[in-house]
Amino acid sequence: MKILVCVKRIPAPGTRIVLTPDEQEIDVRLLGFDVSPHEECAVEEAVRLVEKHGGESTVLTLGPDAASEQLRYAMAQGIDNAILLETDGGDWDAQATARAIASAVANRSFDLLLFGNESADAAGYQVGVRVAHFLGLPCICGVKELSVAGGVLTARRPVGNAWEVYETPLPALVTVKEGINYPRYPSLPGKLRAKKKPIERIQPEHRPGGLQKVRLVVPMAQEKSVQILGHGPEAAPRVVELLHELRLVQR
Amino acid sequence: MILTFVEHENGRVSKLSLETLAFCRELAGQMAAPLEAVLVGQEAQGLAEEVAAFGVSRVHLAQHPRLSNYAPVAWAACVGQAAEMLGARAVVAAGSEHGNEVMAHLAAQADAPLAVNCIAVQAGEEFLVTRLRWGGSLLEEARLTGAPKLLTVAPHSHEATPVAAPIPCTLETFIPDLNERDLAVQVIGREQASGDKLSLTDARLVIGGGRGVGSSEGFAVLEELAGLLGGVVGCSRAVTSAGWRPHSDQIGQTGARIAPDLYIACGVSGAIQHMVGAGGSKRILAINIDPQAQIVARADYAVIGDLHEVVPAISAAVRQAQRG
Repeated sequence: MKILVCVKRIPAPGTRIVLTPDEQEIDVRLLGFDVSPHEECAVEEAVRLVEKHGGESTVLTLGPDAASEQLRYAMAQGIDNAILLETDGGDWDAQATARAIASAVANRSFDLLLFGNESADAAGYQVGVRVAHFLGLPCICGVKELSVAGGVLTARRPVGNAWEVYETPLPALVTVKEGINYPRYPSLPGKLRAKKKPIERIQPEHRPGGLQKVRLVVPMAQEKSVQILGHGPEAAPRVVELLHELRLVQR
Repeated sequence: MILTFVEHENGRVSKLSLETLAFCRELAGQMAAPLEAVLVGQEAQGLAEEVAAFGVSRVHLAQHPRLSNYAPVAWAACVGQAAEMLGARAVVAAGSEHGNEVMAHLAAQADAPLAVNCIAVQAGEEFLVTRLRWGGSLLEEARLTGAPKLLTVAPHSHEATPVAAPIPCTLETFIPDLNERDLAVQVIGREQASGDKLSLTDARLVIGGGRGVGSSEGFAVLEELAGLLGGVVGCSRAVTSAGWRPHSDQIGQTGARIAPDLYIACGVSGAIQHMVGAGGSKRILAINIDPQAQIVARADYAVIGDLHEVVPAISAAVRQAQRG
């Protein structure tokens, strides 16, 4: 199988979000970076599928040179190849992102393209679907379980209290959600190998779409003054009083 | 006119679609346009009355023998054809699992922009939306171009309020033009989730554990308290990443969104993504050894101390109270 997995480099904001003075971006000066959670699991899924079925995998990201960090991490987890669609690091909207990815992979005959269902930051829920349309591929979204047999992919997706089951012949595009698997930690030999692997670099054309960011706003946190019920085990009776007030315990 | 894609299940309109109709009434008012709805599928026949109570003047039912199982591209084709046939100026759906997907396919087909999870809209000279980033921890104000405007409405951002006086509503059916490709991806089976365990998202009381719990075994004291109170145990992403609890227990932006009467957060730091999941809680009690932990600032009540001592003490006090 020839598998492509697309990831996004996102900041890890901790417990507060702080914006740049121009209100256009998150202030990332003190922040580390991760791969968006759904996509971490997409990477793991790609590695597992190649382990099971043979073939090769490629990780792709649209982002600045620093996003090589995320590509190397994925390769350390077991992905074979990496492609960087290199930008200056600014926000690309979903249409622009999808156009660039589709152009880059159009003639590479991947059997399966894996995306996260939505990125943790912009959360547009649409890049994977748009790429599928550009490439003329069937698309299944929100997948938490998948398997491949005889060139056919079977997928399960939770919706409300039920699981929907889908099937499609390959080639196909699937967007997955965290929980589909538990991503492995990269091994030390994996990390050393990844350091030496080449990253294919492409300069994508930026064709902005029609959803134009004006500014970002941190929503007002509700003013709460926390009531300290006590310290240590001695607080237990006050907690039970609270539970009683909230009708969560009978007396 | 404004066209709302309305979802339904088991003979009722979905709650999120009702919230979306309330949002669309505002938008229709701003655009001085009537509000109409499109529904897909055989069972949609009986739902016109329910939809009419929300200020919809015309309901369009897409009917076709091949429209029995959900097929996202076919559903998008129905909505798109209705929008084109009727000259819709905006097409809106709920930001639900299917809603976001159908609108994404519609937008992709037309290579048109789509604003997902909007909480506000301002239809003036420019069409401005406020939409959610980071699960709602950050808002984006953006200009949405294109015609018609395509958007989905953030779940629980609007009350599902019906109109004071229902207006006359007519029902029309149409047969969409569908091809095999539209139907290639469709639901071929459905499995109900096992109903025995009370789900995190429905529970009135949730007891969550974070990194401070220390191990899988450490959750035993939380399970004990949950058992006494009829609550459900959840956890943070740090816990699932460490392999102490399964992903199905995870509360957060990429896990479950809970809305209990009380969320007791034990040894949880209060990272943004976790608070996205816990934000629907009516009240939060934080049990944490660190009075400066962010969760304490976001909580209604706190006990400062070691959860491994505090939680068993609460269980003992609850047992005593229940013995009465």
